[in-house]
Amino acid sequence: MSQAPSDWEVVIGLEVHVQLRTRAKVFASSPWGFGKEPNEQVDPVVLGLPGTLPVVNREAVEKAVLFGLVVGAEIPERCAWDRKNYFYPDNPKNYQLTQKDFPVVVGGRVEIELPGPSRNVMGEHRFVRIHHAHLEEDVGKLSHAGGGSLVDYNRAGVPLLEIVTEPDLRSAAEAEAFLRSLVAMLTQAGVADCDMEKGQLRCDCNVSVRRRGDARLGTRTETKNLNSISSVRDTVLHETARQVRELEAGRSITQETRGWNAELARGYVLRDKEDAHDYRYFPDPDIPALRISRETVARLAKQVPENLYDRQRRYVEKLGLPYTAASVLVNDRALAEWFEAAVAAHPANPSGVANLVANDLLRDLSAAVPPIPLSACPIRPASLAGLVKLTDEGVISKQQAKEVFAEMFSTGNEAAAIVDAKGLRQNSDTGELEKIIREVVADPSVAKSIAEYRAGNEKAINALKGPIMKRTQGKANPGLVDQLLRRILG
Amino acid sequence: MADALHELSAAELGRRLASGAFTSRALCEALIARHRTLNDKVGAFTHLDQADVLAQADASDVRRKAGQGRGPLEGIPVGIKDNIAVKGQPLTCSSKMLAPLVSPYDSHVAERLRAAGAILFGRLNMDEFAMGSSTENSAFRKAFNPWDLERIPGGSSGGSAAALAAGLVPLALGSDTGGSIRQPASHCGVVGLKPTYGLISRFGLVAFASSLDQIGPMARSVEDCALLLDALASADARDMTCFGPSGRALTPAGDARKLRIGVPKGFLGKGVATEVAAAVNAAVEFYRSQGCAVSEVELPSADLAVPTYYVVATAEASSNLGRYDGVRYGHRSAVSGTPVEMMTASRSEGFGPEVKRRILLGTFVLSAGYADAYYVRALRARAKIRAEYLAALSGVDVLLTPTVPTPAFKVGEKAADPLQLYLEDVFTIPANLAGLPAISVPCGASGRLPVGFHLVGAPLSESKLLAAGRLFEDAHGYAHQQAPL
Repeated sequence: MSQAPSDWEVVIGLEVHVQLRTRAKVFASSPWGFGKEPNEQVDPVVLGLPGTLPVVNREAVEKAVLFGLVVGAEIPERCAWDRKNYFYPDNPKNYQLTQKDFPVVVGGRVEIELPGPSRNVMGEHRFVRIHHAHLEEDVGKLSHAGGGSLVDYNRAGVPLLEIVTEPDLRSAAEAEAFLRSLVAMLTQAGVADCDMEKGQLRCDCNVSVRRRGDARLGTRTETKNLNSISSVRDTVLHETARQVRELEAGRSITQETRGWNAELARGYVLRDKEDAHDYRYFPDPDIPALRISRETVARLAKQVPENLYDRQRRYVEKLGLPYTAASVLVNDRALAEWFEAAVAAHPANPSGVANLVANDLLRDLSAAVPPIPLSACPIRPASLAGLVKLTDEGVISKQQAKEVFAEMFSTGNEAAAIVDAKGLRQNSDTGELEKIIREVVADPSVAKSIAEYRAGNEKAINALKGPIMKRTQGKANPGLVDQLLRRILG
Repeated sequence: MADALHELSAAELGRRLASGAFTSRALCEALIARHRTLNDKVGAFTHLDQADVLAQADASDVRRKAGQGRGPLEGIPVGIKDNIAVKGQPLTCSSKMLAPLVSPYDSHVAERLRAAGAILFGRLNMDEFAMGSSTENSAFRKAFNPWDLERIPGGSSGGSAAALAAGLVPLALGSDTGGSIRQPASHCGVVGLKPTYGLISRFGLVAFASSLDQIGPMARSVEDCALLLDALASADARDMTCFGPSGRALTPAGDARKLRIGVPKGFLGKGVATEVAAAVNAAVEFYRSQGCAVSEVELPSADLAVPTYYVVATAEASSNLGRYDGVRYGHRSAVSGTPVEMMTASRSEGFGPEVKRRILLGTFVLSAGYADAYYVRALRARAKIRAEYLAALSGVDVLLTPTVPTPAFKVGEKAADPLQLYLEDVFTIPANLAGLPAISVPCGASGRLPVGFHLVGAPLSESKLLAAGRLFEDAHGYAHQQAPL
């Protein structure tokens, strides 16, 4: 799919539904989690048995507040719940508790990074404004089988934070960048796990197009329930092309709700405006408005981690990391903290540490069968720092460092212990080396190479290094050998 | 002796059980025997699990014998309105919709009663989903007024009031959304109290209109009513609107002779039957004679109460009753098709006409384009009514009116005119809209038919209401009355 022709501009707003990371459901004490037998995670409140009442899970509210603080939003002192009434069997009460008029989070903005011209070059940064975020309950799952319908209420009542953006996004790439940034922020703050394969993040995507320069927004369509970042990207691309095609053919856009079939890579109409539901919202009489004290906000503010891109800027500007390594490290808070712990143990060479972490360590963790999570990493940050230090001090060569790293990864032993056990310690004893070099140089078999070197052939010197390394069983510090050799040969 | 046990008050039963005069089993057997001969006539109960009752009674007797009695309600039967969950017992709300349902959990009040040693005694008849004022809307059977079996006992807690008046049980739980405890109490000559909103947990009370519903005690005397109230009230984390009692015991307290009594201007005017007006005026004169200051108070928005109530209550009900769809529990239609078609058919078959009427009304007042004209305006009117009542109650301790404008009517008499029926609640509705405590106390009769008066107090003034009721009751012969059956 091509982008919109240049005289058209696409305007995108997203509604992102995120399952919050809580022990219990949002209005019931029943736990929730992935991979349970159908209807195992239910209780009378979840099933909406007659006489049961919702009780707000403070943990869910605090996770929502934490999100607000992460994106620099306002946390109103009071939030409240409303009932959204509609009949569908996946909805145990036939109303959903949501926050229509008094959401828990108002405003805020998310910094995004667009793709650069190449992998090694940072792209443009922008801010996407958040309109608000509100807390609501997830519904069950309906499936049709054998001429009947089955419903699983394990998901019913799972806390959902619906994050609504302003219509600030202008391309599929921006939408994708926004979602990646949002996921990083949510997971790094511990607000949500955002595992899309488990349906923990779903997106409604509002798309309209207008002639470039036109101040008025075009008629928008809303595509519901997209469960991956690629579906959002594809929806934006297809919907943009479709709307441009319609408008260029002189037709108009119908305000409608659409679905997306990821397998067929095709959108379809769910319902048009005339069929829109009347949800008969009204304030929920079972849940009094909730006060969020400033003390709670202050306590949660201490849990806000360093912003992803602030960290990236710090790594590049203060630690001197190349962009590529910095961008890899900051995407995962645990990885970044692992890296920082290693740097703390050897502050002299952050780039050397970053190189090992972002390349060798990540590669070996993911190549293991089964892949090893960072939390079970066989190498401790300080041990890795020890390896970098040994290399920096010339105790072992870069080539030897690779070998030591592999050994550390498989055994978990310290770098120094491995170097000693394998006898890899480089010989940096100047006096002893000088003696060996003088012996080698005195050997008539190398006289020709010496003559060529003295005649100006730089490369001829390498022919002398082989016998020197051989005499030292490869332990000689190559840099030192080179330096001494040149001095001796004058 | 056993044949007279049904005539004793709960307080007296408690004293005699404690003294070992008889066992809880003997008491329950006597009431079961009486139930067998009279319930068909009165229609007060829809279900009585005799084996379960006797097992509870035996357990109580064992506790008492072991010196582990749990207090004044130990071994005493309490009838439970069929919209309050008791584990292992039907929870039907007198609706075909929930006819197959057995509750898998205990309501908070059921837990409280068990903790007090009381016997959870049967399921009491009611208007379907507590919608009605006559118990004619029960999907299972009609209930009748024990004082005149051709007449209604009131509603929606008609089964509770009729059971008390017929001596089928000494104590009963009702629920009150617009008068459903107080109106049947008045019609059956018993005492009924609707507590301050939030005093008693609604956990396990099947919701009709959540912002108005309260569970409350019903008994044949003010003293018994207080006994039951005290057992029920406690904070409960499972109901976010429940704050529980402030710490003081919920018993009659203070010198009722010093109470300032307000009589709303014009309340005894149009629509109030002559005998009702006479009995209530006599009650006012009684308090004056006891030294109470009686004054007239203004409640200018009182006329808004009934229309406001029928918007707010039906709006909430239309949403609260959405969950009854045949998917998870309750009546499921044999009609097959899509899930939504099945749900539609189940609801069409499961709900009775009054419930459908209120769901439709509530759906309408919340609909886009109408919500502002109806629901939102009703919320404003409600706030105004509450403000006026609170203002009035800053100058007086209680407001006194009739509980119901007229005595119990004949079965079927008002069935064709729901609007007439809605006016039964004109005196009781404001207490629900304002969240205030209110009590109905018997004060006379119109022929054979009991008449009650109604007291409303400030939030958490239950002790005052009970003290006022007790003063009247002690000076008159209306307490402990049972209908001659």
